[in-house]
Amino acid sequence: MRFELVMALRYLREGHAQTALILAGTTVGVAVIIFITAIVNGLQASLATRTLSTQAHISVKNPDDAPNLVLDRNRQSIAATVEPRVQRLKSIDQWESVLRGLPAEPHVIAVSPMVSGAGFASRGEASRSIAIIGIDPERYRRIVDLPAKMVTGAFRVAPGEAVIGTELARDLGAAVGDRIQVTSTENRSDVFRVNGTFDLGVRDLNKRWVIVPLRSGQTLMDLPGGVNNIDLKVDDIFLAEEVAQRVAARTGLLAESWMAVNSQLLTAFKNQTMVTRTIRVFLTLIVALGIASVLVVMVVQKQREIGILRAMGASARRIMWVFLIQGGIVGGVGAVFGSTVAAGMVYIASKALRQEDGSPLLETELSIWIYLGTGLIALLVGILAAAMPARRAARMDPVEAIRYG
Amino acid sequence: MAEAAATGASAAGGRSHILNLSGVKMAYNIGTPIEAEILHGIDLVLAAGEFAALVGPSGSGKSTLLHILGLLERPTAGRLEVAGLDIASLDDAGITELRGRTIGFIFQFHHLLPGFSALENVMMPALIDRGSYDREMRERALWLLDQVGLKDAAAKRPSALSGGMQQRVAIARSLALNPPLVLADEPTGNLDSHTAEEVLALMRTFNREHGIAFLIVTHDPHIAASCDRRIEMLDGRLRG
Repeated sequence: MRFELVMALRYLREGHAQTALILAGTTVGVAVIIFITAIVNGLQASLATRTLSTQAHISVKNPDDAPNLVLDRNRQSIAATVEPRVQRLKSIDQWESVLRGLPAEPHVIAVSPMVSGAGFASRGEASRSIAIIGIDPERYRRIVDLPAKMVTGAFRVAPGEAVIGTELARDLGAAVGDRIQVTSTENRSDVFRVNGTFDLGVRDLNKRWVIVPLRSGQTLMDLPGGVNNIDLKVDDIFLAEEVAQRVAARTGLLAESWMAVNSQLLTAFKNQTMVTRTIRVFLTLIVALGIASVLVVMVVQKQREIGILRAMGASARRIMWVFLIQGGIVGGVGAVFGSTVAAGMVYIASKALRQEDGSPLLETELSIWIYLGTGLIALLVGILAAAMPARRAARMDPVEAIRYG
Repeated sequence: MAEAAATGASAAGGRSHILNLSGVKMAYNIGTPIEAEILHGIDLVLAAGEFAALVGPSGSGKSTLLHILGLLERPTAGRLEVAGLDIASLDDAGITELRGRTIGFIFQFHHLLPGFSALENVMMPALIDRGSYDREMRERALWLLDQVGLKDAAAKRPSALSGGMQQRVAIARSLALNPPLVLADEPTGNLDSHTAEEVLALMRTFNREHGIAFLIVTHDPHIAASCDRRIEMLDGRLRG
């Protein structure tokens, strides 16, 4: 074993009470950092999953029709007021070629055409305002996992068949096998057999959505052969905005990512991340100060011994390493202990303890990289925290140390 | 210079020099109102294998001279050669290496490392020199402990040893790298007269049997008289 390591280990062993305290501090610091990261990641992943389980990551549609302005020579509008133009339901131009091109975009893993618009659903005396969603079921299930959200019946949308939200089914008094009449705002009407009811976890959608085959939707919305929306799914949800911008630039269409649509959620994520980072920074600082203060005391205590070692031929640089290694050992061992404690805490919070409905007490998400990253930071913090005491030890005048130490 | 040459020639008897000082001065707080010169031009030669005492009253500069000879401090003026090397030509790393290999130290308060066993303490200079433990250094340390009569106490910590035993371990430690020179600062100052005799006899044995030069700083006239040569200091100068 190297001289520097021999000395570092022996000094840590000699000051066992100090070593135990600072190791405990580092362990707690590392454990809390990992645990908080796991909780916040879990919370964000769970919120994102819940939010995105009912909507596409990116929705591509026609841009709004802008009014035709009459401009003067300076290209300023001569009209005092400009009223927004009426937005007519119209199909995406050449949507089939757009649809074929989208899977080639990086990160895009699923595409699904859709025709959607407003209408009414009626059964007997009951009538409700609805959103007509015309889809290709095979493609759409890759965007939103509807089969998993069926409460009654099955997700089967063949011609003349539909699935509807649970709340709408209740409002219309419709059950699986019943028929409902759907009338669009284009004044076209059709009758559908209810094959199932779904719960998307969002009351408004459960109250309004009627999902019908794409062709039926096209007929109802008077868009024969057309679609007014293409849904996309990407492999990394936080890249959605970047992909959306690229798609918009390439197609000239309006591409809205879930991030743009749910900006408040994104702001909440950012705030959570900032709070977590702040906690991490302060915990790291506390751990660093703890390690540094213990080592500073140790340098003072070992003053005379340092002088003797210097007299026996140990260079200032090697004395410095003795203390840097101590910092590294405390950081490294604290990282291992802290990771173990954090893993236990995560297990207890997410597996052992459950809420009344059987779901985990806390949603957590951890990867090996969080352990490795935190461990590496703890190791570096240990070494950096030891730098000041180590320099002090190295600069110690052996004569002074022997004489007065 | 004349004094040093006379002293060195008579004591050295033609042997090579382990220490050679000429005009060595040491001052503190240079350039400030409280500047103080402790050593005023020391000329001294110590031959290989000499057994010499450095005596003088408190404040005469003995410890300062010892620290300079031990390469723990650089003189502010003059020339110092250790084992034929002019220390002015060495950087700090070179001085540290020269000190580790050439000079063994024995301090008044033994200064053993309390967290290490007697054996580990004796191996320490070799561990510093070679970087990691090896069998050879262990065997030499055990042999040295045997020579000082403490082989059975090899595993004991210093706190479990008497003052005399601790100083004997310190002597063994100073010889770990078989240095040509040992500097001893009041090695018996903290011991009773009987134990002091034993420690002195031990140093004498190593001097005679292994040709190691000893320079012993002491207040004890009896110890000074037992040495082959007596170097006397007064007010930062050598006398005689």
